[in-house]
Amino acid sequence: MDKMIFGRYIPADSVLHRMDPRSKLVLIFLFVCVVFLANNSLTYGTLLVYTIIMLSLSKISIRFIMSGLKPVLWLVVFTLFLHLFLTKEGTLLFQLGWIEVYEEGVKQGLFISLRFFLLILMTSLLTLTTTPIEITDGLEELLGPLKKVKFPVHELALMMSISLRFIPTLMQETDKIMKAQSARGVDFTGGPVKDRVKAIIPLLIPLFISSFKRAEELAIAMEARGYRGGEGRTKYRQLNWGIRDTSMLLALGLVTALLAILRA
Amino acid sequence: MDISLQEVEYKYQANTPFERLALVDVSIEIKAGTFLAIIGHTGSGKSTVIQHLNALLKPTNGKVVIGDRVITSDKKQKHLKEVRKKVGIVFQFPEHQLFEETVEKDICFGPMNFGVSEAEAKERAKIAIRQVGLQEAILQKSPFDLSGGQMRRVAIAGVLAMQPDVIVLDEPTAGLDPRGRKEIMDMFYSLHKERNLSTILVTHSMEDAALYADQIAIMHQGRVFRKGNPIEIFSEPDELFHLGLDVPEVVRFQRMFEAEFGQSLGKTCLTINELSETIMKHLQGGSK
Repeated sequence: MDKMIFGRYIPADSVLHRMDPRSKLVLIFLFVCVVFLANNSLTYGTLLVYTIIMLSLSKISIRFIMSGLKPVLWLVVFTLFLHLFLTKEGTLLFQLGWIEVYEEGVKQGLFISLRFFLLILMTSLLTLTTTPIEITDGLEELLGPLKKVKFPVHELALMMSISLRFIPTLMQETDKIMKAQSARGVDFTGGPVKDRVKAIIPLLIPLFISSFKRAEELAIAMEARGYRGGEGRTKYRQLNWGIRDTSMLLALGLVTALLAILRA
Repeated sequence: MDISLQEVEYKYQANTPFERLALVDVSIEIKAGTFLAIIGHTGSGKSTVIQHLNALLKPTNGKVVIGDRVITSDKKQKHLKEVRKKVGIVFQFPEHQLFEETVEKDICFGPMNFGVSEAEAKERAKIAIRQVGLQEAILQKSPFDLSGGQMRRVAIAGVLAMQPDVIVLDEPTAGLDPRGRKEIMDMFYSLHKERNLSTILVTHSMEDAALYADQIAIMHQGRVFRKGNPIEIFSEPDELFHLGLDVPEVVRFQRMFEAEFGQSLGKTCLTINELSETIMKHLQGGSK
């Protein structure tokens, strides 16, 4: 539980930390699209190099990120195997009973799982280097134009920041209740699967109850302080778009151009 | 059952950027039948210590001996249920752990996890609910229909029904009204005496520590700052003030009295009766 890194912010002083959240959001969004340009080993290699450079720019220890991503790695491995066994194109590489592995399957499996992995890495990088409040501010700003068509941008941003804000709280709460129930003889880690599934109930119910309570308390506290939506609200934190933001986007532009040239 | 912590060190989130040293070189002996109070500031490591007492946390260094089980950092621990059956922990705000449809089911949850039969568990639930000062009729209600104080008592009953040899209490009376506080503490104390339980109480209340404990351990910044019986601990109030802790009201009154009259009473009194008698004797002795 301690090593979980989703939605977690790690304070540090790096280029990525100092970037404008808007540029980071745009960057990630573009990256997610650009990833799909890659279709051969050269292009995937380029993307991998780019991601590694971004990771090292963040000044967050790669070992820590990797250990935090362990739970999703299973998903990546699963994707790999899915393609390995289900794609039936190209030459047959080997056969073992009903299991047949084709060349195309190996290629597809490696590429798709790498793509998946890179996406996860880059998006985690966003939350690792940006505080939830910055993300929301950035998002609200970026979606600003949609206000014209009566889209509830502020409300959406608020919902997001509240959910991001409460992830760590929820984790703490989970940890606390797990401990309390373990002390009452629940075994969360061992035993048959049936028992482990059953063990979730004494964890989930208290968690739900406290979440509802917390939501209500939060709503009351907000109303007590006169919250009435985003109308006419000014910001304490101002966003600053600087040279580093423009150059980061340009760098991604270069990568995109490279991909367009190298792709098959 | 004896419990001993030997040079225990504990790091939260070891090997991450968030690594934080919570306990340093903590050694505490808890002999069977002791009432130990652990006092200290928020963040001094009290709650971390008690989670070692039934192996919810493994020390990152040093060892914890619980009965005949030795818990160290390197061993993959199996069959911890045996340990947890014997050491019951009442966590802070234990009402947050309630989840069953009825109070009875919730109280039976612990015992049944430890292999007690349903009939026996129900029997225990009846005993436990009376121990915490509630009526048996409440057993069929939903725990979520109860008041905060009642929920607290039900949660405590859920731990008592496990019939542990050692009971660990993490601020069991936080947020209760004064009367509820006294009732619950008196209940724990009589249980401690009747069943010869070991009791470990984490508290901010110097009064409770002075009244109930045989031994007091003061935690400060993850270390055991001092250990001793209440008289020893509260005879040196300056040390406690220095840590930003307080002494019981009785001790404070005695200090004021001694300062006012410029003489010492010769011993540290921990209860109001003891103090008033000592003062009476002293005053009568002085007037003759």
